[in-house]
Amino acid sequence: MIIVYMEVRDGKVKKSSLEVLSEAKRRASELNQEIVAVCVGHGLGALAPEVIQYGAKRIIILDNPLLSNYSPSGYAFVLTELCGELAPQGIFFAATSLGRDLAPRLAAKLGVSLASDCIQTAVKDGRLEVKRPIFAGKALATFRFKSSPVIVSLRPNVFALDTPGDEQGEVEKKEISVPEDRVQDRVSEILKEEGAELDVTEAEIVVSGGRGMKGPENFDLLRELTRILPHSALGASRSAVDAGWIDHQHQVGQTGKTVSPNLYMAFGISGAIQHLAGMSSSKVIVAVNKDADAPILKVADFGVVGDLFQVIPPLKEELKKVLSE
Amino acid sequence: MEVNVNIFVFVKRVPDTESKIRIEHETNSIVEEGLNFVLSPYDEFAVEEALQIREAKGGKVTVVSVGSDEATAVLKKCLAMGADEAVLIKDNAPELYDGLRIAKIIAQAMKSKFPDYNLLLFGKQSVGADNALVPSMVAALLDLPQINVVTKLEVEENSVVAHREIEGAYEKVIVSLPAVISAQKGLNEPRYETLKGIMMAKRKEIPVLTLQELGLDEEELAPKLELVKLESPPPRHAGRVVEDEPEVAAKKLVEFLRQEAKVV
Repeated sequence: MIIVYMEVRDGKVKKSSLEVLSEAKRRASELNQEIVAVCVGHGLGALAPEVIQYGAKRIIILDNPLLSNYSPSGYAFVLTELCGELAPQGIFFAATSLGRDLAPRLAAKLGVSLASDCIQTAVKDGRLEVKRPIFAGKALATFRFKSSPVIVSLRPNVFALDTPGDEQGEVEKKEISVPEDRVQDRVSEILKEEGAELDVTEAEIVVSGGRGMKGPENFDLLRELTRILPHSALGASRSAVDAGWIDHQHQVGQTGKTVSPNLYMAFGISGAIQHLAGMSSSKVIVAVNKDADAPILKVADFGVVGDLFQVIPPLKEELKKVLSE
Repeated sequence: MEVNVNIFVFVKRVPDTESKIRIEHETNSIVEEGLNFVLSPYDEFAVEEALQIREAKGGKVTVVSVGSDEATAVLKKCLAMGADEAVLIKDNAPELYDGLRIAKIIAQAMKSKFPDYNLLLFGKQSVGADNALVPSMVAALLDLPQINVVTKLEVEENSVVAHREIEGAYEKVIVSLPAVISAQKGLNEPRYETLKGIMMAKRKEIPVLTLQELGLDEEELAPKLELVKLESPPPRHAGRVVEDEPEVAAKKLVEFLRQEAKVV
């Protein structure tokens, strides 16, 4: 049995969890294992149909009012209990902020380790093998596991999402008891930035700016592009963040986030090695830079040598035109 | 308000972020020769936060590293920044990117040698392994509350309030002490070492603990992951570069995105 942890945010199953479900199904069929999708929270029943459409034949909902908000200790407690009951061979998480927080807590409680933020999974000689970037992608490491259950978290936006179908599945709602002192670190409130945009790790397109943006006010030019391009997010280089032009949440690179979007657009980013590490696994890279020797142009699939302030306005118009076609 | 917080900060020695990573295939490891090793950048935020808490609330800051003798250099840096004490837990095991081993060593050290801690501070991940395993694992092994990827922290007498970064938002979490906290960029601005600090750090003895002294044996710490292969990522090649008038360049770029790359 392979457990797939389904993450719920704002009353919806996260797309990254559905990607993980799709990938886990592919490996489970090679390993001859059944898939069990597990949700933790309170009052989540309405989500089951969507999870079933993506091919989970069995869904377990662990329900308790104490779990209505995320708590790593509380969630790890109920998942440990469930693992004791089901004895799964594998547990798959999405490498989101929740997955990267919860999976290691659960792993340590089960006495195993895990591989975080994997970008490839495979079955070799009947065993699961995963590949994950280290040094923010400057190297790739392949792992096998020496203990059971095998726990992995998979990077969002990397694994193909199955097409939802007309599937059947059973839903088991377990009203699980949790001692209050097992919930030690419950989220009390979610603080959202005004007009918060999509996060760079979850976006299909990242529009990023660097020192060449010249000042915080010019990031509005890039924000306008993100409003035109569907599923896009605003990124930035370390120098733009360190200059105080934009919040570090947006930073891409070795001391920021490592991203693998379908399209990475770099404006005024020269391409320091620590930045390239964080975005080189993007499927397509384009760059606009006034310096023809900028390292970013050595990795870009399409580069424009020119003044970004002159290129962005016509670029915006062209994009609007083709996107409305 | 004086609350005397007994803080432990866990730090790691890593290659700096400008490093090019080369792989030695025979040993499945990275080539260390020529690399410049530093205190892992996120750990620097953790050390700074510890110093600020001590300055505001009173208490003591002890920095701990698990690793070889070379880790002494990063411990000295932390002392020069202002930490009160440093401890090296000697572990010469090769890097296997298996956080459980390190978490077990830290948890055992806290239980057996430093049981009266209040706050355990970490960087949100080491720069390199990028695993982000150790803080949550230590919290699990010591049965402590955890708040990871923290950008704002306030310490009260018996509790902490933190903001934890998530996708496009922050979670506000309040936990009681003792607790595990891991630092994200944005938490503070790490200070530079002072000359006086550097001189003091130079003279300061750093006690060394061995795994035997902690009562740990290799069987207990046996790796749970097997590193099968290290490789360089597939190289990317420069594509087309145009140097036209802005309108023409913009048009060509969009044509490329639409017709060739098919990403918009």
